[in-house]
Amino acid sequence: MATSPFSPDATPAPEDATAPIISVRNLSVRLSGRDILEDVSLQVWPGEFLAILGPNGAGKSTLLKAILGLLPLASGEITVMGQPARRGNGSIGYVPQRRHFEADVHVRGRDIVRLGLDGNRWGLPVPWGSHRHDDEAVQRAITLVGASAYADRPIGRLSGGEQQRLLIAQALVTQPRILALDEPLDSLDLKNQQGVARVIRQISQENGASVLLVAHDVNPILPAIDRVAYVARGHVAVGKPDEVITSETLSRLYATPIEVLRASDGQVVVVGQTDEGVSYHAHG
Amino acid sequence: MLMADVIAPSWDLLADLQLLFALHFMRNAYLAGTLVAIAAGLMGYFMVLRAESFAGHSLANVGFAGAAGAALVGLPALAGLFTAGILAALGIHLLGRSRQRNDVAVGAVFTAALALGYLFIHLATSEYAANIYNTLFGNIVGISDGDVTVIAWTCLLIVAALAVLGRPLLFASLDPDVAAARGVPVRWLALAYLILLALLVAVAVQIVGVLLIFALLVTPAAIGQQLSARPAVALALAVALALIFVWLGLAVAYFTPYPAGFYITTLAFATYAAVRVSRLLPQRIRALAAWRGAA
Repeated sequence: MATSPFSPDATPAPEDATAPIISVRNLSVRLSGRDILEDVSLQVWPGEFLAILGPNGAGKSTLLKAILGLLPLASGEITVMGQPARRGNGSIGYVPQRRHFEADVHVRGRDIVRLGLDGNRWGLPVPWGSHRHDDEAVQRAITLVGASAYADRPIGRLSGGEQQRLLIAQALVTQPRILALDEPLDSLDLKNQQGVARVIRQISQENGASVLLVAHDVNPILPAIDRVAYVARGHVAVGKPDEVITSETLSRLYATPIEVLRASDGQVVVVGQTDEGVSYHAHG
Repeated sequence: MLMADVIAPSWDLLADLQLLFALHFMRNAYLAGTLVAIAAGLMGYFMVLRAESFAGHSLANVGFAGAAGAALVGLPALAGLFTAGILAALGIHLLGRSRQRNDVAVGAVFTAALALGYLFIHLATSEYAANIYNTLFGNIVGISDGDVTVIAWTCLLIVAALAVLGRPLLFASLDPDVAAARGVPVRWLALAYLILLALLVAVAVQIVGVLLIFALLVTPAAIGQQLSARPAVALALAVALALIFVWLGLAVAYFTPYPAGFYITTLAFATYAAVRVSRLLPQRIRALAAWRGAA
């Protein structure tokens, strides 16, 4: 942790913040007749970096999409900055789980970033409009994620890590108060995982934005996160990584014996049995 | 499509242009061709981006059933083309909810419409055969003043709609999930786009026919995207290329005994092939040089 590029001390402790920026109360979500989330409550504080962890199919993305207002709620309520969660909320920047852009998508990265700013506006940009201002906002977001060198190349020709940085820039270009990222490190190599995690951390510190990051592997982001929300069997355990990713908490959450192993370098490995039989969630 | 006498060009540009525009049907052909080329260049850009060329191709073939059906009941071909196209667009939209299922939905609608068209031809009289030929390959010299009016309004509607929908449509085409999260009505835009495409295909059929419509929709847009990664530049290139193909194709057809649809399509394909080769060749040569250097 001492050699980590992140400085956890610089983040405001959640207790210091007065009101939560996101508040989820007794949330239940049913999708095609199946209960995905049951009676979930959690709060996210301004400037906080929260990782949403858990095995595949546990409901991590469902939780994120519910906060984004993209799913109907079976019961409970979600407020974002004091307002009910709704689709198209400009104060949330969203990077969905994705496959990459096809190699033949011949559109500049810069234009993809710009769509984050004006892609939801009807009509053509007028020549006498606020072009300069928009151009500067786009360039600022590109600089922030360190993508200036390749922002003018077609996005289909870029590597997974480069595409991911530009998509984060797209989510950032409106300077949102909340950044919601669904498995942004997936399918990146280790070096890029650390690079992208560092960029996200830096952004949340510099802009004071809260970050919700869905991941199935905690290790690349462990040095950066403030708290984790561990999702399993429709339920969620929330707290500091050291408190939640423990044999006791996870065993209670899964309702089956789970063992959490910690390597000397701080890497975490979760081993255990779930309803489906023996499974091995390699968090490392 | 048949030119009774082949007119020899004088190779004096001004005199030839006067000759080209001397006849009323050629003025109509140029007017209609220009309007359709502009709309097709713009619509084609989004079609290539959305990977919906199969849908465009199918809407064109559905138009064939519409035109055949209209002829059977004594309605103008355009009425059949519009009706069939819009119904097919709705069918594709309702049946295909995801991009993967969309292809299946398009295929299902497309084949059903072809079968219907086949039945209509079977029921029709033999004199109708020439009309079918026109639907399949276009009949640019048979465009009446009334046709020009319909084409003009349709193309105006398409261009105006794209001016309003363009940016959200670009967003929804490139990144539907994020666009939806930002409040862009992705599903409605998909339907709106398909209906605009059906309208365009209906009026474009007269110029290049249902089988050759790709020459105006896909090829100029594909070349435009090859040449520029800036959406505005690629759109402008697509329109410019579609215009060049139509203008040149019509002129060459006027002075030769062969049909305009053939020239327009061949010009488009030749340009596409040339651009692809010129893009690929430098890479190949570099690869070959590296291989020689290593050997």
